[in-house]
Amino acid sequence: MIEFRTVTKQFPDGTVAVDEFSLVIPARQTTVLVGSSGSGKTTLLRMINRMVEKTSGEIEIDGESIYKLNPVALRRSIGYVMQNSGLLPHRKVIDNVATVPLLNGVKKADARRAALDLLDTVGLDRALADRYPSQLSGGQQQRVGVARGLAANPNILLMDEPFGAVDPIVRAELQQELVRLQRELGKTIVFVTHDIDEAFLLGDQVVLLEKGGRIAQKGTPAEILSRPANDFVATFIGADRGRRALRVEVVNGRNVVVDADGRPTGVLQA
Amino acid sequence: MNWVVNNIGLIWSLTLVQVTLAIPPIILGFIISLPLGWLANRFRLTRGALLTISGLLYTIPSLPLFIALPAILGTGILDPINVVVGLTIYAVALMVRQTADALASVDPGTKQAATAMGFSGWSRFWKVEFPLAGPVLLAGLRVVSVSTVSLVSIGSVIGVTSLGYLFLNGLQRDIPGEVISGIVATLVIAIVFDFILVGIGRLLMPWTRADRTTRSSRRAKGIKAPGVRAAENPVEVMAK
Ligand SMILES: Nc1ncnc2c1ncn2[C@@H]1O[C@H](COP(=O)(O)OP(=O)(O)O)[C@@H](O)[C@H]1O
Ligand SMILES: [Mg+2]
Repeated sequence: MIEFRTVTKQFPDGTVAVDEFSLVIPARQTTVLVGSSGSGKTTLLRMINRMVEKTSGEIEIDGESIYKLNPVALRRSIGYVMQNSGLLPHRKVIDNVATVPLLNGVKKADARRAALDLLDTVGLDRALADRYPSQLSGGQQQRVGVARGLAANPNILLMDEPFGAVDPIVRAELQQELVRLQRELGKTIVFVTHDIDEAFLLGDQVVLLEKGGRIAQKGTPAEILSRPANDFVATFIGADRGRRALRVEVVNGRNVVVDADGRPTGVLQA
Repeated sequence: MNWVVNNIGLIWSLTLVQVTLAIPPIILGFIISLPLGWLANRFRLTRGALLTISGLLYTIPSLPLFIALPAILGTGILDPINVVVGLTIYAVALMVRQTADALASVDPGTKQAATAMGFSGWSRFWKVEFPLAGPVLLAGLRVVSVSTVSLVSIGSVIGVTSLGYLFLNGLQRDIPGEVISGIVATLVIAIVFDFILVGIGRLLMPWTRADRTTRSSRRAKGIKAPGVRAAENPVEVMAK
């Protein structure tokens, strides 16, 4: 469990990126922070592994203040996946995946063996192990990024718009992979995105952010869909444009669910 | 040509002297520039100061410097140390800006990712920033190498004998073969050094040869090194 208690971050230039933010992020679930660009998502995420230091407030992991821990050790215990993969261009795929275990002093042979297994886990061909990141497609790079984030077997995985830079088809594929992985691994995932559909797809808990990291609404996707807290939320999730409005049409005696454009999306079960 | 055949032993031994005098300044210049370039890249305040000073260093004419150094260092006037120190100063003058640019060429996203993985500041520098700055560092080192190899000859004027001796002596005694052999030998050394540097680069930076250009090398190609530009013209270097 990760807990933010009235956390504020003001950058040296005076920008208040996060203003008195409080949130409980439950363990072994996916919490998605969703909001438009500049709403403070990255800042929030980076405060969890202390890449960004808070100005005030308190952040705890499992009841213990993260400020009592050595930042480098803290980061090694938390997986981090970012947009554009952030892979080290001068290291082969396998060594990228093994980065954190190697930093932790795991023997090179052991770390590499484990890294190969991880390539399987994220659905990558082992033949890619000896390539450099520049020799991979964007989607493959992101998979390597996920494998690297998992390599030290962390309890917590931070993901900053990890699928934001790949094309929609690959994105959908990666999202499904993450759903599958999370079912198997049960990590505490904090996932940042500006894509509300991605948030609803992946999030057990979805936190909708306005500027300054102010929470517009939080809850399960169903809670937010069924009762948008205000106009901002309604606009953000597209409810105001009827985008979320499905209706039932009876066809051949069965209840077919139809979306706003009149396209059938499924059949209601009794 | 006759002269060359008769004096091949002299040419060879002077070539070895030239090589011996050129290598230490190149290596020392690289090593000394690393912390200075890091400082220049790290803080806005130090950047201006360090780059200005190193730029000025390069404008000191070499002959007066070689003559002044014995007095400053307390060395003998004919001591090769003077030439080594003088050339190291020029190497540093060229390399500080290049090192700063090289470190600035490393993708900030990659650096942040390294921090997120749990590299400490020190290991992040040596394992991530330094190698990724490699292509731009190498480009600078190649210019320093050519510059140093040719500047060694100036030492002959103050009596530290090297290939420059063939040039001076050949002019005095009107032996074109001697003059030309000095120039050719210098060129050959410069070319061999460049080959070696490029080879070392390939060996140490295999990722730059990967099928598609990597992010860092793409950046490296876009990097201009104004401090180095002036010296890229070998004639200008020779004229120093
Ligand atoms: N290092 C920084 N210095 C100054 N302002 C920053 C810095 N990082 C982020 N900001 C500002 O803080 C706000 C939130 O940024 P960020 O957390 O990156 O938002 P998001 O990830 O939601 O796009 C933005 O206004 C941004 O410009
Ligand atoms: Mg962001």
